[in-house]
Amino acid sequence: MAGSASTLTHVARPHSRRGLEDPRWLKYTLLGIAFGFVLLFLVVPLTAVFVEALRKGLGLYFTALTEADAVAAIRLTLLAASISVPLNLVFGVAAAWAIAKFEFPGKSVLITLIDLPFAVSPVIAGLVYVLLFGAQGWWGPWLMEHDIRIIFAVPGIVLATVFVTFPFVARELIPLMQAQGKDEELAALTLGAGGWRTFWKVTLPNVKWALFYGVILCNARAMGEFGAVSVVSGHIRGETNTIPLHVEILYNEYQTQAAFAVASLLTLLALVTIVLKSLIEWRHRKSVEAAATATTRQFAS
Amino acid sequence: MSTALASSQAPSRPPAAPSRWRAVNRRVLPGFGLTLGFALLYLSVIILLPLAATFVKTAGLTWAEFWGHVSSPRVIASYRVTFGASLAAAAFNVPCGVILAWVLVRYPFPGRRVMDALVDLPFALPTAVAGISLTAIYAKTGWLGQWLEPLGIKVAYTPVGIWVALTFIGLPFVVRTVQPILEELEPELEEAAATLGATRLQTLRRVVLPALAPAILTGFALAFARAVGEYGSVVFISGNMPMRTEITPLLIITKLEQYDYAGATALAVVMLVVSFLLLLLIQLTQRWFTRRSRS
Repeated sequence: MAGSASTLTHVARPHSRRGLEDPRWLKYTLLGIAFGFVLLFLVVPLTAVFVEALRKGLGLYFTALTEADAVAAIRLTLLAASISVPLNLVFGVAAAWAIAKFEFPGKSVLITLIDLPFAVSPVIAGLVYVLLFGAQGWWGPWLMEHDIRIIFAVPGIVLATVFVTFPFVARELIPLMQAQGKDEELAALTLGAGGWRTFWKVTLPNVKWALFYGVILCNARAMGEFGAVSVVSGHIRGETNTIPLHVEILYNEYQTQAAFAVASLLTLLALVTIVLKSLIEWRHRKSVEAAATATTRQFAS
Repeated sequence: MSTALASSQAPSRPPAAPSRWRAVNRRVLPGFGLTLGFALLYLSVIILLPLAATFVKTAGLTWAEFWGHVSSPRVIASYRVTFGASLAAAAFNVPCGVILAWVLVRYPFPGRRVMDALVDLPFALPTAVAGISLTAIYAKTGWLGQWLEPLGIKVAYTPVGIWVALTFIGLPFVVRTVQPILEELEPELEEAAATLGATRLQTLRRVVLPALAPAILTGFALAFARAVGEYGSVVFISGNMPMRTEITPLLIITKLEQYDYAGATALAVVMLVVSFLLLLLIQLTQRWFTRRSRS
């Protein structure tokens, strides 16, 4: 990647011939449009979150974050993420192992199906579980008889989060592991290593950065998911509100400053995610190349 | 992009006689049954069965009932808002995204890495946060709203606001699909055009843009697909007025809250079918795209 980039800058060097260089007016126009677009659509909304959050001073900022309902929301979000991310991590590794190391009929269909949750509206991701487990759902009456609550309770929130973050890890690992093939694993087996040992000592080190990359993106989405969780949560304060839902409630109650204070937590999480993602892309370009190029598809929901 | 696509879609070597690949694959590397079994089970339980439930639930309706649910005036108005704003946002992201990708790949300027990283913000920022932030900016007293309203441009609580939110949400798609293609574009092509006497603008229009076309189309379709299902960023800025600024995903939630399960599910089926068609379209463009980049 670095190689081709330097060739390109070489082409654009000032002493190269006229027809190869963008005319100066064009260059400045395009730079102007790019800066304007990024400023208007990215920098301004980002800044606004922090300005609104700190509008009434640091004291009220921290009050909003330490208030009981906010703490409960933070706790629930951490819980939902700490269940859904590991589940999807295990799934991602298993699916990538089966797809990258073996040939079987229907493989490309399976790859498409793994992408499916990105094509489904988050609202529908919540709805499907209501249809199964809700009071009027398929298993609703049975669940009610046995006093098991899924919808408007924590299990529903976890399920909806698992649904929307389902493909992240798998989508990062599959292209990378397919590109790496299975020669190294076969060599390890020939040398006498067992299956698990081969996986831990050979496969995992080869994909660790892509894995980490998938996990941070999965986590960001898990903690920030709004639509799907909103459908199944029931919005019970202090009980079934995640951070994004708490933000919504505060905002709708005109507690704007408090809403933005809580939102700033999620914004910081987003910034940390972006920084980590960029660092991995720059430092470990090679090892996540296949994965990085597939990121765009990651988010097609 | 090309590596990922090629590897995920190439039917990978014609399979030898079944008995042989079974011998080579299954016996030597362990874990095939375990990993595939777990992956299929998990996929079925979390994704496929619940989605199937939606279709089964709708199958209980007669055709006339279904049609009644998905074609009432309020529903039709919500399609118009959802698809119209999504289309406008994705279309706006095409030129802006191509320019952004071009600038990031071709012009060295201070702050390029920061700008490159920032492009991912809409992927990483929770949609609800984007929603309240954009609303605050474009409301009557907001940073931009206070200047736009006297000019007669109302953004918050109008379809324009929905367009702003969907443009934000779809921003990274065109950039991130075009960028890798631009990085790998052979400089020889542009040199040849220049040698043959083309002006720079002619080269850009006749050589560079056609090479980017499949990526642009993919990016457009991804941004559009994402926008159609979007909920979180839109509900705050749209004002949610039935017939005017109510999007279809919100209408699904409204129907659910009124315990109109059949209506909500029928609408969900319409949205799912649209999403699947878009997914199919995206896969077809990508296949076209891989074939083109190979030849």
